[in-house]
Amino acid sequence: MKVLVLGAGISGHTAASFLKKKLGKRHEVIVVSPSQYYQWVPSNIWVGVGRMKPEQIRFKLQKVYKRWGIIFKQAKAVSIHPEGDDSISSGYVTVEYTSEEKAGITEKVEYDYLVNATGPRLNFDATEGLGPGKNTLSVCSFSHATEAWEALRASIEKMEKGEKQRFLIGTGSPTSTCQGAAFEYALNISFELKRRKLDHLAEITWISNEYELGDFGMGGAFVKRGGYVTPTKIFTESIFAENNINWIKRAGVYKVEPGLAHYETLAGEYKTAGFDFAMLIPAFSGHDIKAYDKKGEDITSVVFAPNKFMKVDADYTQKPFEEWSVDDWPQTYQSPAYTNMYATGIAFAPPHSISKPMKSPNGTAIFPAPPRTGMPSGVIGKIVALNIAHQIKHGKIEHKHTANMGRMGAACIVSAGYSMTKGLGATMTVSPVVPDWDKYPQWGRDIKGTVGEIGLSGHWIKLFLHYMFLHKAKGYPFWWLLPE
Amino acid sequence: MTDPKVIRAYKDEYYPPVPTAATKRMRTNIFIQLYKFLMLNYKIMRIVVKGHS
Repeated sequence: MKVLVLGAGISGHTAASFLKKKLGKRHEVIVVSPSQYYQWVPSNIWVGVGRMKPEQIRFKLQKVYKRWGIIFKQAKAVSIHPEGDDSISSGYVTVEYTSEEKAGITEKVEYDYLVNATGPRLNFDATEGLGPGKNTLSVCSFSHATEAWEALRASIEKMEKGEKQRFLIGTGSPTSTCQGAAFEYALNISFELKRRKLDHLAEITWISNEYELGDFGMGGAFVKRGGYVTPTKIFTESIFAENNINWIKRAGVYKVEPGLAHYETLAGEYKTAGFDFAMLIPAFSGHDIKAYDKKGEDITSVVFAPNKFMKVDADYTQKPFEEWSVDDWPQTYQSPAYTNMYATGIAFAPPHSISKPMKSPNGTAIFPAPPRTGMPSGVIGKIVALNIAHQIKHGKIEHKHTANMGRMGAACIVSAGYSMTKGLGATMTVSPVVPDWDKYPQWGRDIKGTVGEIGLSGHWIKLFLHYMFLHKAKGYPFWWLLPE
Repeated sequence: MTDPKVIRAYKDEYYPPVPTAATKRMRTNIFIQLYKFLMLNYKIMRIVVKGHS
């Protein structure tokens, strides 16, 4: 049997590693990824403030896959043909090579099972003037983070000469997600400027599409702290106030010019925010992958949702926020159209957002899309791999493992400064990721499983996880014992 | 030329709770943080184990 994994990020790499471990030499595991590197994305923040080099957060996939016996193709998926065509009876994916030596060459890669783990497309084009090479920076990849550090260093040099600098950090579109990464970056910039005693020359502003700070695309959370059950709104505002970071919330950035971000508020007002340095997270979408049936008819809308993420076993029925349920969220990540296709990590189409949808009087949707990064992506990649391996070994379709985001918790370690003795990190856990208002009517989540702590220990944990997850991803001894 | 006087009152950032000096010291106290490191890892592992069905 052949299992084809599209993507080698947290979810795809986890899926490929467990597939090979379970299936051994008798079956083929093929990974297609446009980049030659695996990158530990959460540490991009430290590249963006010059505390880590790109080489410390990435490694070449080919070396690891060769050792594991996984076939690696440095290419991007162009189209999926789940039924094959006139000449090929099995499903296949048309890929286009991106490596220097084979750039532009296409190939049909056949499969018996397909795992789509292509992650997000960074949709900078959704906001005019947004993104690297235009008017803002990003920390979404190691190359973007390296560029952000160069720009930050230039700002620091200006401040060392006494020049004031305005920093604008946050979301670059009305429906961006990944507020956590931007939050970390704002705190790390603040920490680095304090370390250099330059913070008096900085004006840091947070801009976000969240209804309240601390929403993070998951409708906020509540934590037990200091004898009170406190919303993450207070938690986040407190951190910002402590670090002299101003904030603009309920803001949908729709256009960026040099030194000026234009945004619409949820109240329908059009405003601007000036900056000398801006790092704004773009909207995410799925990749431009088409799907065709055996006759060559376009079935993209059958396989993919309009946002280009792949449809899975979620309930996509449109319903109001009050009727949302954890049962809307997928359990097995199997395509309803083709039972041998799965989508994991960010590549699956969520049934709806987690934060409540909001619209301005002008009709602009301004609220965060749902986050699906980190731990949930790894867990989903693993359970899909285990289920496929089980099906191949036993010859029948059954899903022994499930991972519903309404039953799964997540831990998020937010770096707030890199130093082994003075560093800070905010440790947050939520359980479950998607609020279950039936089971937990008061807070939506298990308050006993929710943590919010700030301290040096948070930095140690984030650094420990950096090394632990790279150890696991490189397939070093006992990698499979480490959790996702 | 001196910077204009800034009064934070009535601004959003005026109202949230901010840590006292003692709280800030505790955040980087090695012994307290070693304990927190172990305690937080335990709590994270509980979440992780529950998430793997």
